[in-house]
Amino acid sequence: MPFKRYVEIGRVALVNYGKDYGKLVVIVDVIDQNRALVDSPDMVRSQMNFKRLSLTDIKIDIKRVPKKKTLVAAMEAADVKGKWESSSWGRKLIVQKRRAALNDFDRFKLMLAKIKVTAAYNICYSCMLPEFVQQITI
Amino acid sequence: MAPKQKTRNPELIPGVHKVSRSQMYHKRGLWAIKAKNGGKFPVHAKQEAGAVVEEKQPKFYPADDIKKPLSNKRKPKPTKLRASVTPGTVLIILTGRFKGKRVVFLKQLTSGLLLVTGPYKVNGVPLRRVNQAYVIGTSTKVDISGVDISKFDDKYFGKQVEKKKKKGENEFFEAEKQEKNTLPAEKKDDQKAVDAPLLKALEAVPDLKAYLGARFSLKAGMKPHELVF
Repeated sequence: MPFKRYVEIGRVALVNYGKDYGKLVVIVDVIDQNRALVDSPDMVRSQMNFKRLSLTDIKIDIKRVPKKKTLVAAMEAADVKGKWESSSWGRKLIVQKRRAALNDFDRFKLMLAKIKVTAAYNICYSCMLPEFVQQITI
Repeated sequence: MAPKQKTRNPELIPGVHKVSRSQMYHKRGLWAIKAKNGGKFPVHAKQEAGAVVEEKQPKFYPADDIKKPLSNKRKPKPTKLRASVTPGTVLIILTGRFKGKRVVFLKQLTSGLLLVTGPYKVNGVPLRRVNQAYVIGTSTKVDISGVDISKFDDKYFGKQVEKKKKKGENEFFEAEKQEKNTLPAEKKDDQKAVDAPLLKALEAVPDLKAYLGARFSLKAGMKPHELVF
């Protein structure tokens, strides 16, 4: 099993620890064995330990240490946000955030909706079941 | 508040004023007062002291000096309401026979307790007082503008004073039993009067009535410190 996601200039990573937890950042330079220079449109360029980063599949095309404007333009061109939000990892995070922000009333409405869905499913399943049983026995 | 009077002689550093003594003399206009009064300060006649009345010694006084208790001018205020608890909020009651019930908050009484109602038809909670400490304030709000709650105060919820009856023992016990069990019709009417506009407001929001009818409970995986109410 070879590695697929490499630390390289332009690799988009997710911060998994610290003040910028949950942000998508771009690796803009590698400082040494443990640290990278990292940048994002909404933060000041800073160094981060690799242990704080989770690499994603997304890579953008930039030169080493680009200006902020170039970086932002490159991110727009590569549509990092769109790719992230349509990836399964990105979608999972969005769902987690939404679930965490539900208030008590929302949780109640969610419960009612779930009951409705399973009721519909059960009806569908129970009408289809005799067919399946026939097919299996034949 | 009236705006602060401008001080003529501000204290620059503790002990050091801006203006010197002679400058202050000039600033206060004492030269003008003297000039008006012909070179001297005006002198006013001394006020007549009222005739000194000799107080009579009281006939009796206690043998030992009685200590006077310290005066306490503290006026208790109703408890400060949490930011999440505002009139019309849905609250979750945490203790007592209605624990877990979701209930509408009406107003805070002068004792600090919260006046709350189910509404009664929805979840069986009547007009009731509840302590803020035993309540979770949710972020769901109900419109209570149509409800008149001005007549409710702590006295309304106080224990009823029973009239003394001079009867024989047997009759006394029977009479007591009969009176205690029923709620006076007046209170039932009050409940209906408060709940009617509330129910209309509840029906406006889908599922809200069912929400208030259900009890809150912690399920598997729910972490109260992470839940958003």
